[in-house]
Amino acid sequence: MAAPSPGTHTRPADVSHQFETKEQQREAGTLGMWLFLATEILFFGGLFCGFIVYRSLHGRAFELGSRLLEVRFGAINTAVLICSSLTMVLAIYSAQTGKSKGRIITFLALTMLLGLTFLGVKLYFEWYHDYLEHIVPGFGFLNRPEWGSLSPEVEMFMVFYFFLTGLHALHMVVGIGILSVLSVMAARGRFGPRYFAPLDISGLYWHFVDIIWIYLFPLLYLLGGRYSLRGH
Amino acid sequence: MSSSTAVADLPAPSSGSSVNYLNATYGIKSWLLTTDHKRIALLYLTSITFMFLVGGVAATLIRIHLIEPQGALFEPETYNKMFTIHGVVMVFFFLIPSIPAVLGNFLVPMMIGARDVAFPRLNLLSWYLYITGSLLILYTIMAGGLDTGWTFYEPYSSAYSHTHVVAAIFGIFINGFSSILTGVNFIVTIHKMRAPGMTWFRMPLFLWSLYATSVIFILGTPVVAITLFLVALERIFRVGIFDPALGGDPILFQHLFWFYSHPAVYIMILPGMGVISELITCFSKKKIFGYEFVAFSSMAIAVISFLVWGHHMFVSGQSVYAGLIFSVLSFAVAIPSAVKVFNWTATLYRGSISYAAPMLYALGFIGLFTMGGLTGLFLASLAEDVHVNNTYFVVAHFHYIMVGGAVMAYLGGIHYWWPKITGRLYPDGWARLAAAVIFIGFNLTFFPQFVMGYLGMPRRYAVYPSEFQVLNVMSSAGASILAVGYVIPLIYLIWSMRYGPVSGPNPWGATGLEWQTTSPPPTENFEEIPVVTEEPYNYPGIEVPTRG
Repeated sequence: MAAPSPGTHTRPADVSHQFETKEQQREAGTLGMWLFLATEILFFGGLFCGFIVYRSLHGRAFELGSRLLEVRFGAINTAVLICSSLTMVLAIYSAQTGKSKGRIITFLALTMLLGLTFLGVKLYFEWYHDYLEHIVPGFGFLNRPEWGSLSPEVEMFMVFYFFLTGLHALHMVVGIGILSVLSVMAARGRFGPRYFAPLDISGLYWHFVDIIWIYLFPLLYLLGGRYSLRGH
Repeated sequence: MSSSTAVADLPAPSSGSSVNYLNATYGIKSWLLTTDHKRIALLYLTSITFMFLVGGVAATLIRIHLIEPQGALFEPETYNKMFTIHGVVMVFFFLIPSIPAVLGNFLVPMMIGARDVAFPRLNLLSWYLYITGSLLILYTIMAGGLDTGWTFYEPYSSAYSHTHVVAAIFGIFINGFSSILTGVNFIVTIHKMRAPGMTWFRMPLFLWSLYATSVIFILGTPVVAITLFLVALERIFRVGIFDPALGGDPILFQHLFWFYSHPAVYIMILPGMGVISELITCFSKKKIFGYEFVAFSSMAIAVISFLVWGHHMFVSGQSVYAGLIFSVLSFAVAIPSAVKVFNWTATLYRGSISYAAPMLYALGFIGLFTMGGLTGLFLASLAEDVHVNNTYFVVAHFHYIMVGGAVMAYLGGIHYWWPKITGRLYPDGWARLAAAVIFIGFNLTFFPQFVMGYLGMPRRYAVYPSEFQVLNVMSSAGASILAVGYVIPLIYLIWSMRYGPVSGPNPWGATGLEWQTTSPPPTENFEEIPVVTEEPYNYPGIEVPTRG
């Protein structure tokens, strides 16, 4: 009288042994991703909270810090990421509506390309230039005379800037990794109207990473003072 | 997948099917790469027991040191490291994972009638994260220790401490993801994997408490993880985040730290409450009194727990109004907690009570938790807290909750489900003796601490005025009794795995799906997925139990 082994149940072959039906498996995966995203929101939320507290304590210094950032690169990257969300949705839509696998792969590749563009702009035009300008805390940060006694707080702004955008970029790298796995799966013809859960669930993650940026951009680049606090 | 051939020449440990999750496959790989929730629970059981011993040794050394007013063993710096090791190991590496990761992992799928948790590989990953975090903490201890206290208060932890703060923080950070993954797994499993007929209000109350705990895991843990990460950054790069000398705000650190670490207290006690609901019903052979109230009180505790963190900061310099609000909200936690205690008591009323070892732990829990909870109200009131803040009164209070509550419940649960886990019974006389020894030792250790705290002895000091010596010696004597009480179960439980009598599927005559399958259960838990047709705790009236 042996324990029932996987496969004795009337399960489709691509349903894991702990599930009864494909539907149950898909719902579990989706709920799991939403819960993970809730964790992520609190993860970034702690940082946002700290940032906002210090911005209200050290408004002037954070304004000076924000002026060190290049709004145009932030704006370009915002546009790039919003487009990448569109291509992600189109990849899922193509699978759901039974389009060719070439089409799914194209949209996935486009999403990855846009993600890499974002990272390239961030890495070269922003971080690398920041390094050359000695405004990376911990890596040869130099105080500037115009900051006066506010230098430690300006440096603190940059700490938050690099930690927030660095953590976000790390999530982008993970996302691009996931997309490459999905592309391989798509190339093997795994996705179609009957099976698109991995695309759907990964899409949630990708959009989440986008939305984090949608908050980071105004918080770091715009609200710093150039526009809203000028003449304050 | 490696071969899963069953080896048949071993004595069958259970009365039912001879192939079970313990002997279905063999070899070290079949354990270290297992995705079976029951095996993962045993991996956790072993590693958590080891960490408990590490934290326990530190506690023993602290109590020996405090026998003499000038300190019997250590330099003050070493003493600081001892209580830090004790706190960090016990909180993050024993209490938080204890019941969820061991009993929860074993029982969640069985109690809802599923073959496994929703994400078995994630479950294994969470154990490896726990092990990685534990190794980093053990490295910290070996490399010279940590002296910040388990709270890592700023700016001491970033600017002044000369110990291995960064390694310890990364240990806790990584271990945090272990908690998060366990929380995700439990919530999804409870939502999506319930057997046919297992409605929300037919679930055992243990599952409600684990659901509430998982909510805290998911929403609280990331905040403390990122906060401690910031402390590490501040330390590594010498940049200002919380250090006031660099423009930072140490009070902000305390807010972010306690936003998680106060709910973490309920991570430790909520699963214990769930265990007690199972034990009380089984050993009074009665339906729980007010099922819905007990279930929702777990959720209420989880929600309110996120709104009371400021009561750790009454004397920190936060605003008086914030203090007032936090004080009121902290009192509010007493309501759902009291609901549980009264409902357990009402369940006992006119029940057919038997005093098996798990029940002794459960009854001990009710008494000790009530004391811990009521002294918590002292600490929640603003003026009273100013008097006893940072004294041994606080130490005694939270040990009544965490040791008198959480550890008693953990041991009660281990004793209750041990026949299911191993298929064997342990010697009941020894088990009752151990429960009594633990209860006596615990009270002798911590009751004098209420008195010394009220008289003004501060916590975390390596020396104390000689007028407190009598109380300290009492406390240390109690600790030695408590240590004996913890060693006895370790011996007879290990003994029982080989020599204990075979238990059969349901030695306690308990309800619940986990008792309907064989002991130990087969790898997929049930021969076929059960269909649930009745309410939980449906004990058939009052009768003399067949086995006490």
